[in-house]
Amino acid sequence: MECLGLLSNTPLQVIAEWSLILVLLAGIRWFREPRAARRSNLAIGIGLVVGVVLVTWQAGLTRYPIVALALVVGTALGVVVSQKVNMLGIPSLIALQNGTGGLAAAVVSLIEMAGPSTQPTPLGSLPAIVALTVGTVTFSGSLVACGRLSGILAAKPTRRRGHYPLLSSVLTIGVVTMVVGILAPSAASGLVLACAGMGAGILASIRVGGADMPVLISALNTTSGLAGAFTGIVMHSNLLIACGAAVASSGFVLTAAMCRAMNRRMLAVLIGHMPGTAKDHGSEPVEQGPSQPAALSREQVLSRAAATLRQAQRIIIVPGYGMALAQAQSEVANLARRLESMGHEVTFAIHPVAGRMPGHMYVLLAEAGVDYSKMLDIDSVNDHFRTADVAFVVGACDVVNPAATGKEGTPISGMPILMAHQAKTVIVCNLDMRPGYSGVENPLYTMANTLLLLGDAKATVEALRNLFSETSEVV
Amino acid sequence: MSELLLLSGVFVFVLLVGRYWIRRIPPLLHTPLMSMTNAVSGITVVGAILLFASPMHGANQLLAAVAAVAGAFNLIGGLVVTSRMLATFRNSRQGEPDTQPPHRENDGPAPRQEGSA
Repeated sequence: MECLGLLSNTPLQVIAEWSLILVLLAGIRWFREPRAARRSNLAIGIGLVVGVVLVTWQAGLTRYPIVALALVVGTALGVVVSQKVNMLGIPSLIALQNGTGGLAAAVVSLIEMAGPSTQPTPLGSLPAIVALTVGTVTFSGSLVACGRLSGILAAKPTRRRGHYPLLSSVLTIGVVTMVVGILAPSAASGLVLACAGMGAGILASIRVGGADMPVLISALNTTSGLAGAFTGIVMHSNLLIACGAAVASSGFVLTAAMCRAMNRRMLAVLIGHMPGTAKDHGSEPVEQGPSQPAALSREQVLSRAAATLRQAQRIIIVPGYGMALAQAQSEVANLARRLESMGHEVTFAIHPVAGRMPGHMYVLLAEAGVDYSKMLDIDSVNDHFRTADVAFVVGACDVVNPAATGKEGTPISGMPILMAHQAKTVIVCNLDMRPGYSGVENPLYTMANTLLLLGDAKATVEALRNLFSETSEVV
Repeated sequence: MSELLLLSGVFVFVLLVGRYWIRRIPPLLHTPLMSMTNAVSGITVVGAILLFASPMHGANQLLAAVAAVAGAFNLIGGLVVTSRMLATFRNSRQGEPDTQPPHRENDGPAPRQEGSA
């Protein structure tokens, strides 16, 4: 039966396959603005589902109830879980789904490798070996990432002694098994390779944590694409190859962008290497000095902050992961709306690596009802801080840390930051003054023009907003 | 040999074309992009389905079924998550020309000069 993959059996099949690939590419091309992106998502979704149906029907597989059952179960699970998870759980859900893609690719390749090859590939079992390895690494790595993002694992990366020797042995076993598998593919070598892959995935992924998660997630996205593409080679399916390549490409672009935004090398982040001791070459000049006498009570600081905001014309809000942790995004959005209705200009400054996923802050704020035209990326907004009256920092630390430009040898050295310290006044709503993930002290906290509102951001922002309701003029 | 050329050609072609366009996607849409491409990688469900085209014994059939469930979960789930996220993006000034500043190549933030405060 000559119908593995959709590779050029009849002209009609070729046309069908390439039409779907075109739909995929067109979807990517038009994914640039939310409305068009919605259409892209729909088009790609329809295209892929049509592809699945076509393949199933064309290969005469509709007579197998198990196929239909598996598809129905998977679809039902997908729909239910994705609908039910609330927005806070989206990053870990994305990680989980990424893992299942790797699992599917790995299992398919394992079966192909173990059994008598139904249709040999030009490179023997090499594509299957690669797909199996990359797929299992993606699977276990994604599960670890999912665990960390959902809070099952602690946020801090796990680094134990003997980690490197363990990883090296797993990698050695893996490489040896790969060679064996290429020369003499069998179920046994496949299974050993799968285990090695899972071990490597866990060991590698577990070393990354905290603010480095965006890089890890993007990298796992890339590997899931690679696994899919190589599975496509195994199954002689151009559609699979094209899809895998698109995903790998997207993942790689995002990974590179995240690393650039942190000024750290990709490999260093993924190995879990943190630059060593900080050498102080003098930070970005910020005026230090007592910003508020310790004697001021919380109410007094709050009313000072409210007064500052009331007089401000241009306000820039800087959200960080702390805002997500405090679940304060709705309060922040409410405050922004209130200030706007009072005639102030309010925008949001979003650093590329704020949060635990690329673009995390954008979706949090969008869900809280903020217009996306007000969410500005670092290049659009950084020059505005000089003329801003207030920079309102919520749950952000490293992304507004002026020490990033001064100190060398720290995890954030050379990292492009949001120039919040250039605003006339900086209001900081963070939990405490402890350093962020990088461990580098933040001189922003002790600047002369900084107001510190420490504690739970949700409560703080809500209290601030209430101050405006009580005393401002009727709008 | 020619098949190998064709297969790698498809891979490289999509990789490059994809990269060119993906670099122009604004950071605003990075998370939906990630979940959308996540869904796309669920097309491996096709691979699992095709395994059934040849006779397999029980254990393999079960494994392949697991792969199909995983793939379908990935594909459909990813589409739903993306759609949910995109639905939350709103701009009350919709209908006006795009208010975002023209987006440059997605090269990450511009390097900061020392002492440019």
